[in-house]
Amino acid sequence: MKLAICAGPATTGKTSVLRHAIRKLLESGQRIAFLKIDVQYAEEDEQFAREFGIPTRKVYSGELCPDHCNVMVLGDALRWARTNESDVLLVETAGLCLRCSPYADGGLGIIVLEATSGMNLPLKVGPMLSLADVAVVTKIDRVSQAEREVFRARIQDVAPSVRIREVNALYGIGIGPLVDHIRAIPDVPEHMRLRGNPPVGTCTICVGKKEIGWQSHFGVVRALDNQVFYRGE
Amino acid sequence: MINTITILGGHGKNGTAEPVQRIDLRMGDVISVVGPTGSGKTTLINDIELFANANTQTGRRILINGAPAPAEYHDDPARNPIALITQHTTFLSDLPVGEFLHTHARIRISDATQRQVPVGRTLDFANQLTGEPIALDSHMTELSGGQTRALLIADATIICNTPIVLLDEVENAGIHRTRALELLRQYRKIFIFVTHDPRIALLSDYRIVMQGGTITQVLHTDMAEQKVAGIVSKLDDTLSLLRDKIRRGERLTMAELETFA
Ligand SMILES: Nc1nc2c(ncn2[C@@H]2O[C@H](COP(=O)(O)OP(=O)(O)OP(=O)(O)O)[C@@H](O)[C@H]2O)c(=O)[nH]1
Ligand SMILES: Nc1ncnc2c1ncn2[C@@H]1O[C@H](COP(=O)(O)OP(=O)(O)O)[C@@H](O)[C@H]1O
Ligand SMILES: [Mg+2]
Ligand SMILES: [Mg+2]
Ligand SMILES: [Zn+2]
Ligand SMILES: [Zn+2]
Repeated sequence: MKLAICAGPATTGKTSVLRHAIRKLLESGQRIAFLKIDVQYAEEDEQFAREFGIPTRKVYSGELCPDHCNVMVLGDALRWARTNESDVLLVETAGLCLRCSPYADGGLGIIVLEATSGMNLPLKVGPMLSLADVAVVTKIDRVSQAEREVFRARIQDVAPSVRIREVNALYGIGIGPLVDHIRAIPDVPEHMRLRGNPPVGTCTICVGKKEIGWQSHFGVVRALDNQVFYRGE
Repeated sequence: MINTITILGGHGKNGTAEPVQRIDLRMGDVISVVGPTGSGKTTLINDIELFANANTQTGRRILINGAPAPAEYHDDPARNPIALITQHTTFLSDLPVGEFLHTHARIRISDATQRQVPVGRTLDFANQLTGEPIALDSHMTELSGGQTRALLIADATIICNTPIVLLDEVENAGIHRTRALELLRQYRKIFIFVTHDPRIALLSDYRIVMQGGTITQVLHTDMAEQKVAGIVSKLDDTLSLLRDKIRRGERLTMAELETFA
């Protein structure tokens, strides 16, 4: 079974892209399972179950970073997709954290960005872009060709090896090459690992202590006029 | 080297087959696309720009020199033979003009030593088309509709400098249209103008007529029309003269219309 994880800022067109990809994959006889990870609200699972009759699920990450939540649940999700005899598990996840990235080695990492966002967006999304295999640029129908190409250059500056696919996700124009990427990935290995390093997360805020000011915290902390330092018990 | 582009017909909005099933556009041709609003003119030139291969809503296919477009056209702007000047009259990108043009030159011009000059020339070209000068440190999002279109035309002609140029309704752009046509015609390319303008239509070798999302006819500019073209140009020049006077707050007189009286 193959795994593709699709991340990207809110409303960039992740669901629209996946909808066209699912349609093409189903046409070519692949069986698809779909998992949506969001913080507190999502309905893509119901939409895709209704539209395509495929097995779908969702999880709400709540207090967890959605990317960490993805790491936690992915093992179960792969087993669930296997019991449904799926050929491909597609995961759509809300890219909110910007310090983490949800991609796993052995799976395809897809980021969906919109051409209508500012030219600095590629600089702001961190490992979600730099660790992706494919960057899908949507809403190309809304900008001039020149802007589309400059947006491409801005992505290449941050992530020189990521492959860029421009699409109009309303009509699915340009979706073919993305589907080819998904078809070309190998099956997931027995043991999967998160791609890239999780961000530093070793202070007492991470575990729920809420006092304001570094003096109340332990672990890796920082003051306004200081670099990050370690404060032991 | 690009010699021809072929448009293979698809289907209209209601699913019926496109009446004209094949058109071959040759290097050096100047072509207009005409038809009512909503007839599919923009969609046609988008098909060309996307090298449609029965994968857009029209089902059309575009061939370059008789074959489907190679994949690198989509993947590498430096190899894309098409520059498309869209109907957009605003930019969404929050960059200064200079940085935008430099970035575009970097991705369109593969030879790094050739990138510096075009940015200045692009700005000069654009400033010949608009009455309100653009500066390199202007923000793209602050440009007026006319400035935006002027910059897009200049960028396509000088930075992209492609063998095929597609222009969507330049006449609505609030730019010096006559000057734009003069500047553009110095280049030997395939030009496709989406237009409602008789002057641009008659200046083309032939025009593609659209209706209901399909190409219904191809009309070649014949001898009779070529005769009309001269007078249409004169009419057009006169009208732009009148327009300029109105802009400057002057009064109009019969004197300007003498040739037509
Ligand atoms: N014009 C245009 N609109 C698009 C395109 N892709 C997506 N949209 C629109 O953008 C909106 C958001 O699209 P979705 O696919 O729901 O985006 P998403 O990333 O899944 O959003 P969330 O999961 O809610 O974060 C919808 O209204 C889409 O119709 C595109 O290529 N062009
Ligand atoms: N062959 C076609 N099949 C389906 N829809 C079409 C076709 N051609 C055009 N359309 C749709 O018709 C609408 C108007 O087309 P457009 O190209 O914008 O017209 P114009 O530029 O002539 O005003 C668009 O929404 C477009 O998607
Ligand atoms: Mg979604
Ligand atoms: Mg149009
Ligand atoms: Zn995180
Ligand atoms: Zn912490």
